[in-house]
Amino acid sequence: MAPSCNPRSLWAPSVQPSGRPPLLCPPSTPASSPPPAGRSTLRGRRPTQAVARSPENPPLRAPRRHPNIQQQISVKSQLPMDSAVNGVRQPPARAGSRLCTRCGERKAALKRPKTLEQICRECFYIVFEDEIHQTIVDNNLFKPGDRVAIGASGGKDSTVLAYVLSELNRRHKYSLDLFLLSVDEGITGYRDDSLETVKRNEIQYGLPLKIVSYKDLYGWTMDDIVKAIGLKNNCTFCGVFRRQALDRGAALLKVDKIVTGHNADDIAETVLLNILRGDIARLSRCTFITTGEDGPIPRCKPFKYTYEKEIVIYPYYAILCIYSPNAYRGFAREFIKDLERLRPRAILDIIKSGENFRISTTTRMPEQGTCERCGYISSQKLCKACVLLDGLNRGLPKLGIGRTKGVAGGDSDTGSFDTVRLYKLTNYGCEMG
Amino acid sequence: MHLTLEFGGGLELLLEKSIKMHKVDVQPIDGQEKVMMKGLLSWVKSNLIKERPEMFLKGDSVRPGVLVLINDCDWELCGGLDAELEEKDVVVFISTLHGVL
Repeated sequence: MAPSCNPRSLWAPSVQPSGRPPLLCPPSTPASSPPPAGRSTLRGRRPTQAVARSPENPPLRAPRRHPNIQQQISVKSQLPMDSAVNGVRQPPARAGSRLCTRCGERKAALKRPKTLEQICRECFYIVFEDEIHQTIVDNNLFKPGDRVAIGASGGKDSTVLAYVLSELNRRHKYSLDLFLLSVDEGITGYRDDSLETVKRNEIQYGLPLKIVSYKDLYGWTMDDIVKAIGLKNNCTFCGVFRRQALDRGAALLKVDKIVTGHNADDIAETVLLNILRGDIARLSRCTFITTGEDGPIPRCKPFKYTYEKEIVIYPYYAILCIYSPNAYRGFAREFIKDLERLRPRAILDIIKSGENFRISTTTRMPEQGTCERCGYISSQKLCKACVLLDGLNRGLPKLGIGRTKGVAGGDSDTGSFDTVRLYKLTNYGCEMG
Repeated sequence: MHLTLEFGGGLELLLEKSIKMHKVDVQPIDGQEKVMMKGLLSWVKSNLIKERPEMFLKGDSVRPGVLVLINDCDWELCGGLDAELEEKDVVVFISTLHGVL
């Protein structure tokens, strides 16, 4: 097998027959040896799919339009597995010994959490991309001619999003002008590495890249902020600043929309967190596929119904933020993965629950205005970023975070109710990350 | 039995020197003919994991959110914990739980 550009990216070879660019190409990953010959393996190329899509090579077989027939075939072919023969239970099926429930021809390689279908690599690529296309079409995410910024962190979600979106844009003629938009928080060893990934994406996918930095926008890098306030609460700064930074970058690019790589797991997690925090304002909008339509630049999430498992397996890649303790979010995430194991549909069901929440009409919702200082959307006099910056610049970095001395007393706690109370008391602050 | 193990998505941070690829020689548990995934997980826990095993394992399985591939095939299709491994198999562990590791 020819060495792939990213030997760790499972199904994303560096050179594909269709001439596609490599999906991901992180530096200095050790080359892995190919699995032994004669075994079913998925590592390497995507020949069948790529050849079938090439205009010069019309597909020899067209299995994808007959799901029902294929289903029957595959059910039959699965029957002998795991079944008892002469009272002796057969050992579990080996890798790839079951057939794909979609095409009925190739060996299954993946169990889709969303549908429990067992499908092969080639069919996985088709359904993965088709479902995202369907989500885009069904929700009218874009208009022809739209300028669209892809919020690109260099992580797996946004990198897969950049690749899939540029691919779908070509294939289905969306006529979109796509841009990569990155925020440089100034975190040495984390963001500088992931920005390298984004710079490679710029070249690989031929998408113009704009990077906006906290240093330029706010005069502070995250490294500076952590030096000033320590590791607790730094995610509040980062979250608030990033949200604004993306909007400002998008304004500079004069785009009509921002797309982000939030996936189904992310949204289910956010639904749970908003319930746990009692944050009804966010609960009601966190499941919207498009948000901020009343604002200058709406945002949308084409991966709203895409499981993280499939995004990870599409190419494999992940990078971790070295500053994120974020334990509370972590618990919700772990809970979601527990649920997924028991009942994979749970993730979609939580999103559905979030969508169907109705807030009683007597509940007062926060009103949205603009920040007196910078003009950014805010439900308070000053937006959260301005409050946080005030604190940093005045040497009171805890300003706007959790309880502070003389306000609520007691030991410091970052519970959101206390945070909300503090905002009300000081008439400061607005959006939490 | 010779196996190639790969750790990714942050799991490599739990191993010595954060090395992602490991060529290992694993013997079946006494009384068993073959190495099963169940046995491999406990072997990994006692031989490779240097810190925070709870990031990798939960109960006798991997922590939910850790993706396991045997020869690039989803282990859920290979029998999960009961999957039998064969000589020169490649087993990949990828954590999807970012930000928590």
